[in-house]
Amino acid sequence: MTDLKRQIVEQLNLQHVKAEDIGDDQPLFVEGLGLDSIDALELIVLLQQQYNIKLNNAEDGPKVFQTVRTMADYIKSQQS
Amino acid sequence: MYTKNAAVYVAGVGVVSAIGNNTAACLQSLESGTAGIGPITSLETIHKNVLPVAEVKLTNPELSAATGLPATVSRTALLGMKAAKEAWEDAGLSHLLPLRTGLVSANSVGGMDKTESFFSTFIKNNQGGRLRNVVNHECGAVTELVADGLGIKHFVTTISTACSSSANSIFYGARLIKHNLLDVVVAGGADALTKFTLNGFNTLQILDREFCQPFDENRRGLNLGEGAGYVVLVSETVAQKIRKNLYGRLSGYSNANDAHHQTASSPEGTGSYMAMSAALSLSGLQPKDISYINLHGTGTYNNDISEGTAIRRLFEAPYPKMSSTKSFTGHTLGASGGIEAVFSVLAIKHGFIYPNLRLQTPMQALPFVPETLFQKNMTVNHVLSNSFGFGGNCSSLIFSKL
Amino acid sequence: MTEPLYITASCSIAGNIVAKDNKLLFANKGIAAQPFLVSVYEHFAFNYPRFYKMDNLCKLGWLAAEILLDQSFDKAQYQAGDVGLLVANRSASLDTDIRYFETVKTMASPALFVYTLPNIVLGEICIRHQFKGENDFFIFDNFEAGFMQYYTAHLFATGALQAGICGWLEIMDNRAAACLWLVEKKETPNAILFTEENIHHIYQTTHG
Repeated sequence: MTDLKRQIVEQLNLQHVKAEDIGDDQPLFVEGLGLDSIDALELIVLLQQQYNIKLNNAEDGPKVFQTVRTMADYIKSQQS
Repeated sequence: MYTKNAAVYVAGVGVVSAIGNNTAACLQSLESGTAGIGPITSLETIHKNVLPVAEVKLTNPELSAATGLPATVSRTALLGMKAAKEAWEDAGLSHLLPLRTGLVSANSVGGMDKTESFFSTFIKNNQGGRLRNVVNHECGAVTELVADGLGIKHFVTTISTACSSSANSIFYGARLIKHNLLDVVVAGGADALTKFTLNGFNTLQILDREFCQPFDENRRGLNLGEGAGYVVLVSETVAQKIRKNLYGRLSGYSNANDAHHQTASSPEGTGSYMAMSAALSLSGLQPKDISYINLHGTGTYNNDISEGTAIRRLFEAPYPKMSSTKSFTGHTLGASGGIEAVFSVLAIKHGFIYPNLRLQTPMQALPFVPETLFQKNMTVNHVLSNSFGFGGNCSSLIFSKL
Repeated sequence: MTEPLYITASCSIAGNIVAKDNKLLFANKGIAAQPFLVSVYEHFAFNYPRFYKMDNLCKLGWLAAEILLDQSFDKAQYQAGDVGLLVANRSASLDTDIRYFETVKTMASPALFVYTLPNIVLGEICIRHQFKGENDFFIFDNFEAGFMQYYTAHLFATGALQAGICGWLEIMDNRAAACLWLVEKKETPNAILFTEENIHHIYQTTHG
């Protein structure tokens, strides 16, 4: 998850945030990191580019991107 | 000297879109319910058999032959010239020249089609590509080409505010006339389909992989289109000397910022509401005076609920008839305000109400339903045309019968 | 007789120098536009995380507006719909268009695509300050003080605006040039008349 946090910070241009400060279970959207809908789209790009995973149904987005942990779990499930 | 209530008339119209290469052809398609949406044929892209688009059925060489511009210039300029030239000739002002004439044109992609083809050659070999093709990349250069083609020297400017651009061009042109700076303004916009926008909209996930269904409960997104639409606006003095029938008056207009998000509209439709109500205010009309609303109606989840909510807040039953002609032409981006302004004045002239194609399930949240059938011999006195762009830029125009 | 209008504040960012009302506030020469703009944000210790996601044109415009309005504008005196913007530049959003197009080679970036329209900077400023009035973006070869003055004054005369920000926001090839004016009907102590000469003078002295 450390790598994933670093990738998130880079992909989303979160220059004011340190990867290690992002909690594993911290909500990414609304409160927490305060990401928005465009950030969600960039996370889809991240999945594709870094992990070759295509999120075919954009409606799954909110579930998958809830926290770093849910993202990591999703990536693991897609890679097996 | 500015005269707030000076009348501004529409003396000529010109349009080229996926549903017709000129005004008459577009009207025919609107009447017969024939949309111009289909598979991509003109761009080499990975989305070729995936995303439907609304292409103008003229190649660049054909546009060149029709306009007198070289076939090598940007397609945006070619499309712009085609429609602007039709509008100019339609206005029939040659016996009144010289007049103080301006061109206010809008586009969002500029000469991007040329830049794309240059770019793909350039990245393979940086000595390759014809650099002169990118000379007309910027939005402003496209306007210059059209101005030169029409012989307009007095005043030429470009507006770039995304999807509301050409609506903004039109009322800016009206202001120039009211200010007695110009007698005639050719105003509108053009945009060509490019991989730049296709990829971009695709990555924002607001494109429909099927034919779009604006204002449908189950809408999935928009289809990109291309084209150009211009009106020729004239002052009272010029209007009195024109021998043909005028189309109508530009009686109201307004622009507001939604101040919500770069690309999404606020749920309450704040920007749309403000633009529509201020346009009504300027025109001196009440909401119930509007005969027909040409919706921005892109078919995205967000726009349609936002625009619909704003209409629900501003109007009351019985609601005006309304439809999105983007169900025919696709979303022509910078050209949409201009193309839809042309359709709006034609609705007044001919007494037409256009249908909103492919509407199957009305939106549950709204107490009105767009028209699904083409209607003629209707009394169309005042038409409201909406154009809402990214960046929260919301514009509304009102055209009125004379 | 139309009421006179006043420039109640001005802000320029050019040549890596930030100036407000003719006073130098910050300079950071010798670095490219992008890191320079971030250094301005950090110098003033602004707190708007969204800033980092913006493209260069929006960063430039947002900063210029933020500095322009800081302590110079009493927003509470106006309705949201009465405050608007009129901005022009030469290159539209070309700086970002090129950056976005690079990403299309691998996978198009939605965050960059959002900024491939020059008027998004108006949107960002409006979102930040909740301005909902008329806003427009023109493309010109060069800054035209005459146009800027006449059209802004016109928007006031028609009642479209009660207060407004007008100016030039240009960024291309790592060169940033911004000049914004806050225009109001009231004459504050340090206000000067909103005339073509005054705008032209401020622009020339900061961008010459």
